[in-house]
Amino acid sequence: MNKINQKPKLAVWKFASCDGCQLSLLDCEDELLALADEIEIANFPEASRAFIPGPYDLSLVEGSITTPEDKERIQDVRRQSKYLVTIGACATAGGIQALRNLKDVKEFIDIVYAHPDYINTLATSSAIADHVLVDFELRGCPINKRQLLEVITAFLHGRKPNISRYSVCIECKRRGMACLTVTQGAPCLGPVTQAGCGAICPAYNRGCYGCFGPTETPNTESLANWLLDKGMITDDLVRLFRTYNAQSSAFKKESDRHE
Amino acid sequence: MNQTQQSHCLDPDDFGILLKILNEKGYLTVGPTRRDGAILYDVLESMYDLPIGWTDEQEAGIYRLKRRDDNALFGYNVGPHSWKKYLFPSKTKLWSATKKGAGFEIDGEADAPPTYAFIGVRACELHAIQVQDKVFMGGIFQDPIYTGRRQDCLIVAVNCTQAAKTCFCTSMQTGPKVNDGYDLVLTEIIDEARHYFVIESGSDVGADILKELTTSPAEQDDFQAAATHIENAKKQMGRTVDMTDIKDVLYHNYDNKRWEELEKRCLACGNCTMACPTCFCSNVEDVTDLTGEHAERWRTWDSCFTMDFSNIHGGSIRASIGSRYRQWLMHKLATWIDQFGSSGCVGCGRCIAWCPVGIDLTEEVKAISDSEEGDRNGTHQDN
Ligand code: SF4
Ligand code: SF4
Ligand code: SF4
Repeated sequence: MNKINQKPKLAVWKFASCDGCQLSLLDCEDELLALADEIEIANFPEASRAFIPGPYDLSLVEGSITTPEDKERIQDVRRQSKYLVTIGACATAGGIQALRNLKDVKEFIDIVYAHPDYINTLATSSAIADHVLVDFELRGCPINKRQLLEVITAFLHGRKPNISRYSVCIECKRRGMACLTVTQGAPCLGPVTQAGCGAICPAYNRGCYGCFGPTETPNTESLANWLLDKGMITDDLVRLFRTYNAQSSAFKKESDRHE
Repeated sequence: MNQTQQSHCLDPDDFGILLKILNEKGYLTVGPTRRDGAILYDVLESMYDLPIGWTDEQEAGIYRLKRRDDNALFGYNVGPHSWKKYLFPSKTKLWSATKKGAGFEIDGEADAPPTYAFIGVRACELHAIQVQDKVFMGGIFQDPIYTGRRQDCLIVAVNCTQAAKTCFCTSMQTGPKVNDGYDLVLTEIIDEARHYFVIESGSDVGADILKELTTSPAEQDDFQAAATHIENAKKQMGRTVDMTDIKDVLYHNYDNKRWEELEKRCLACGNCTMACPTCFCSNVEDVTDLTGEHAERWRTWDSCFTMDFSNIHGGSIRASIGSRYRQWLMHKLATWIDQFGSSGCVGCGRCIAWCPVGIDLTEEVKAISDSEEGDRNGTHQDN
């Protein structure tokens, strides 16, 4: 067997999503050639039409489960994959589209589509881990390309990925920024959101939107109490927790608590 | 007065000359500057980089910049940065290596750090630097990164003439007056008649620099004015901590109910440890590239508020947030004394101002000692 055939096979799968996370893989421009040297990209429709059948050593799954077909398809992906890593908020928490879980989807369909009977969708958008065993969940909306490379590298070398589960604040302070919450009273989800983005939003004078989902031990209740005490209205607080990771258990619990 | 200790008066307009002299001597001048709604430490290219005419107002979880009605150069207290930013950088590459045959080769030496001149170091901050000196340079093993940055660094200290609501250096006996460990120290005097600095040297290097400045001799009245201004800071001291038997008080209260309150309030975000000028914990992480040919070892600031910090075989030994807060407070105020012979807290108040939910360690200590008193009285009655 020559070296080419020994290379681990990578597959990228898309479910309900915006493609932004897959794009992070294409965005690894400088590293893409090195990656192609180490790994055989066997299925990655966004990059190439070439398709090599499974089984696959590593599957990257983007998107959430929103249709009966996808519910079946993810089982098939799992069966074909030695390791399955979910990428992004949709795949790990249902994504922004999981806001549908709070409403009546049938009602939406009736309003939006001329022929509602053509639409076959589930009442909820759910995370991949709700359906199959997931080996690692990479957070973010979108994911951070450095973190993606770290996960792939760790997989290639058979080690644990160095992905921290502490707060965005730690990255924010390491960058030497002055906290927006303290200097302006700005609502920022940094203290309860997992690091990984490098505190991009605080660096551009915006509070953290929680794209990377809850930290290892998120104390959302204390943060919410503080924000309410400082004058935030309940509707805004609910909205703050209901974005890309609205259905992650800690953020969901907090927003539900104030409704 | 010996050669080292010289006292003079300096016109504020001539402060820029001091920076110029330091730059000419090869120092990188760093100090307070206004950015992102706060006073941060960064490179000072001229005296106009200083937050002239600005001040800060601080409370638990709150920091606001305000205009002053004068042109004070140092009319504020400490902000979110501390000098550890330069001495113990938040992210440092320790070394990197490339695979060579069966082994590996270490890549070239790291660049030498600049020689810093710290401008505007406050009394509590000087104490914090001395606390970290002990940690990084005082034991059998010396940290080469810290030592390399610390050994030739020049310190231009400033006596505080006002205090923030979050300050408690008087309780910790670390300020507001600078006592030792500086090359030059300034007291900024602003009264109806005049605006000037009393500048004193504390080292030979400082004395030599002082000679190069255009100054006038300081008189008795000037020392008196400086003392009154420093007294003003003492009067404004926003917080206090009763340090009597603090170690015993905390050791007795490992199971105090108050930790449960903190379990509810603390976010475990780590902001307090990042802002604290004495917190020294770091994490060392190895990274490899895709090919596995190249590896790097990085050191980053770590925090006892993360789960990984106390992760041993089987999981984190401080799974609850309350136990992590307790670890932090206990270390700062009690176990630090056993470990290094001094308190790990210098009373700068950063952890109070920069906690996003305003947790105040002085309040926590008070609640714990008050409950202790209750316990003691209780025991007394039982006997
Ligand atoms: S700005 Fe946000 S992320 Fe940064 S320290 Fe403040 S709360 Fe944390
Ligand atoms: S514990 Fe708080 S008050 Fe004490 S030195 Fe650290 S940041 Fe300053
Ligand atoms: S005390 Fe405040 S700053 Fe420190 S970890 Fe807890 S919430 Fe964060």
